[in-house]
Amino acid sequence: MANYNLKINGQNYQVDVEDDTPLLWVLRDHLGLVGTKFSCGIAQCGACMVHINGESTYSCTLPVSSVGSDEVTTIEGLSKNGDHPVQKAWDEIDVAQCGYCQAGQIMQAAAFLRKNPNPSMEEIENAMNRNLCRCGTYHKIREAVALAAKTK
Amino acid sequence: MEKLLKTNRRDFLKVAATATGGLFIGFYWSGCDSPKMKVLTDEEVLSQALDFNAYLSISPSGDIVIYSPNPELGQNIITSFPMIVAEELDADWSKVRVFQAPLDNDKFYRQLTGGSGAMPHSWERLRKAGATAKHLLLTAAAEKLGVGIDELEGKEGIIYHNGKKQFGYGEVAGEAAKLTAPDDVQLKDPENFKIIGTPVKNVKNKDMFTGMPLYGLDVYREGMVNAMIQRPPFGMKIKSVDDSAARSVSGVTDVIVFKNNVAVVGNSTWPLIKAKRQLRIEYEPDGSVESSFDHDRIMKEMLDSKTAQVMRKDGDVDTAFKNAAQVITSEYQCPFLSHSPMEPQNFFAHVKGDKVELIGPTQTPDRARMETAQLLGIPKENITVELTRLGGGFGRRLRADFVVEAAELSKILDKPVKVSWTREDDMTGGAYRPAVRYRFQAALDENGNMTAYKLRGAGINAGNSTRENNFPSGSVDNLLIENVEHRSPITTNAWRAPITNFLAYAEQSFLDEVALAAKKDPVEFRLALLDRAKKNPVGEIHYDIDRMRGVIEMAAEKSNWGKNKDVLQGFSVYFSHRSYVAQVADIVMDGGQAVLKKITAATDCGVVVHPTGANHQVRGGIVDGMGHAMFTNMTFENGLPRQRNFDTYRLIRMKEVPEIDVHYVDSGYDPTGLGEPALPPTGGAIANAIFAATGRRLRSQPFIEQKEFSDIKLEIRRT
Repeated sequence: MANYNLKINGQNYQVDVEDDTPLLWVLRDHLGLVGTKFSCGIAQCGACMVHINGESTYSCTLPVSSVGSDEVTTIEGLSKNGDHPVQKAWDEIDVAQCGYCQAGQIMQAAAFLRKNPNPSMEEIENAMNRNLCRCGTYHKIREAVALAAKTK
Repeated sequence: MEKLLKTNRRDFLKVAATATGGLFIGFYWSGCDSPKMKVLTDEEVLSQALDFNAYLSISPSGDIVIYSPNPELGQNIITSFPMIVAEELDADWSKVRVFQAPLDNDKFYRQLTGGSGAMPHSWERLRKAGATAKHLLLTAAAEKLGVGIDELEGKEGIIYHNGKKQFGYGEVAGEAAKLTAPDDVQLKDPENFKIIGTPVKNVKNKDMFTGMPLYGLDVYREGMVNAMIQRPPFGMKIKSVDDSAARSVSGVTDVIVFKNNVAVVGNSTWPLIKAKRQLRIEYEPDGSVESSFDHDRIMKEMLDSKTAQVMRKDGDVDTAFKNAAQVITSEYQCPFLSHSPMEPQNFFAHVKGDKVELIGPTQTPDRARMETAQLLGIPKENITVELTRLGGGFGRRLRADFVVEAAELSKILDKPVKVSWTREDDMTGGAYRPAVRYRFQAALDENGNMTAYKLRGAGINAGNSTRENNFPSGSVDNLLIENVEHRSPITTNAWRAPITNFLAYAEQSFLDEVALAAKKDPVEFRLALLDRAKKNPVGEIHYDIDRMRGVIEMAAEKSNWGKNKDVLQGFSVYFSHRSYVAQVADIVMDGGQAVLKKITAATDCGVVVHPTGANHQVRGGIVDGMGHAMFTNMTFENGLPRQRNFDTYRLIRMKEVPEIDVHYVDSGYDPTGLGEPALPPTGGAIANAIFAATGRRLRSQPFIEQKEFSDIKLEIRRT
């Protein structure tokens, strides 16, 4: 066990966990930030996507020991009132079915649009291909990313 | 014709009039648009709300509380059910607050999600819930005003007399809730629907998109421990367990062997994932330990077996085949599939003496309670089931295995426990879509008419792998449908559109083969069979011929069937779960390369209650049907699946979905479900389009693993 000081959503947290504990489980089990989801545990589906210094990152395979002083952003901290352009677009397009993957999809889309504010449809599809949606909401995700790019 | 069940009276019996009446504390301006209007918290609204029936309470503040009883797994019943109540109530939708109801057999009927049945079973009772409450509100207002009820109008939560605003619903809710609900009440003419048929947003959007705790895995309770369970391969039992390494993992508090399970227990999840890998468990056979090559042999034997269960027999098949001008024979097969919802299985259980608290994602809360009661010998009245949102279900959560094991472990530990499954547990722990193989035979006369039809289904734990009274039964003089089943220790279960998720592909591909052998257009061929069934039906028919014809014609029209030589098309139509869906897949050749561009779907599900939800289910069903037909395989080795996570178990992704064009037949029927019916036709439409484009007939799923597919290299893109 070791102590880690983490910067998450602009706040400082201290946790005492094993150094191989993935950030995902630190967030969920130790800090009560359950918006970041567990699904595959092997960086294949993107349900656990968070931002590390603004870059989308699978948190299920990221050991807490490698986070260091990096800034972590989770879905809870993406915006203050749930009004990030991507969140608003997700609501406007009514993207979700079961919704379990959508926090990860939103985090992926937000990081992508920060780097590429005016993407083509093909670029959107390439970026969002990292995230699985078992309900098959891909058409709506595509539409919502395009809307967020337009409206931000 | 499908008859809707009569409304069960009990969910309309009014709760004792004294209920929560009279006392309310709080400050409100009813029906007032003042910017000073106080927005009450959910707790405040719930504490003040007066019960009208199981579904509906109204607060004096005018806030409308609607309970959604059925488990929510993405079908968005939590929005569409309240829409129906609010419609007949003529509520102001912005005042509606929706809550998930816990399991309550006294208040609700058929509180489960499965079989695309929630909508047809609840349509009438939800309408009555809203309409009776509205009647009571108007009655109370009429008494107050000293006028006749017919002189009043309720609109968007306001009661008008001669066009003049009199009361908000909340202002008469106190008096109205004390009245006795009428037995019969006038329901709206669908022409006057204002909420039904509009794209109301999912009531849970904000919670989902900001990361609020909603799902079973998000449940954390005071004093709760976490557990993970290593379950045995199918057909095996535990011989010995060495848990020393697992116990030494920091954060593990206990290792418990119960039945054939080894549970690792601790205060957080990660140590359990590590410890489970450290378990040294030796298993020994406890029945047949099967691999895919066994299944291959068993399926062949079943297809050739002299004995089979006859599911339906019309006319004289043997003679018809003897006299045939042409006989077409084909075999189709599919693998096992995992349901693999994004949220792995999990459940919270707390056994406290003779009481049990269960919380989590289940499609069948009543079954969860019954099986827990049975296992623990605790009266079911002592067991509560609270429903979380479900991160997908697809049929996996119809079972209660993951609930009862949590309850059993809680009892052993004497603690509240949340049992979570890893993805690997979810994929290796059962229960699967059964593996099935079909042999079809058709006899044609010299004019290309189908004179006989034979189908034998062979399945592993598939139950009846046929749908003997479905199309084309009724349209062929001589018909034989048979079933053979192999019982295996590998558990199977309903998987979205059970049986038809594969049968439809096989049958619609085979009918394509028959139509082409008869030198007929595949759409004309199907319509001719329906004509025959309409004019001179053979035996029982369990589908509506006109509704099936309706979707066929609409899909053909909307897809420009056969009109463009450069577009190579495949047709498919299927009736399942009371709804009708026809689909056309479009492939274009681009520099010699086949490109799947579009799927057009025509659906008849009666009234489209919630267009956004309906589009979601049609498109989602097609994406699901396409993904599993094309990409997903599950094979077994010594009682365990070889594919255990998404690196080898391939699910469809964003870049693999074509354009999907969705249309509905306005048939005017009461609404039927859509969770499943759009999935079955998809594989057939795509396989038939691939044949049209390349001459390769795909008879096994997944397509990409077939040798016929290897040099096609089908691309999927929209532009």
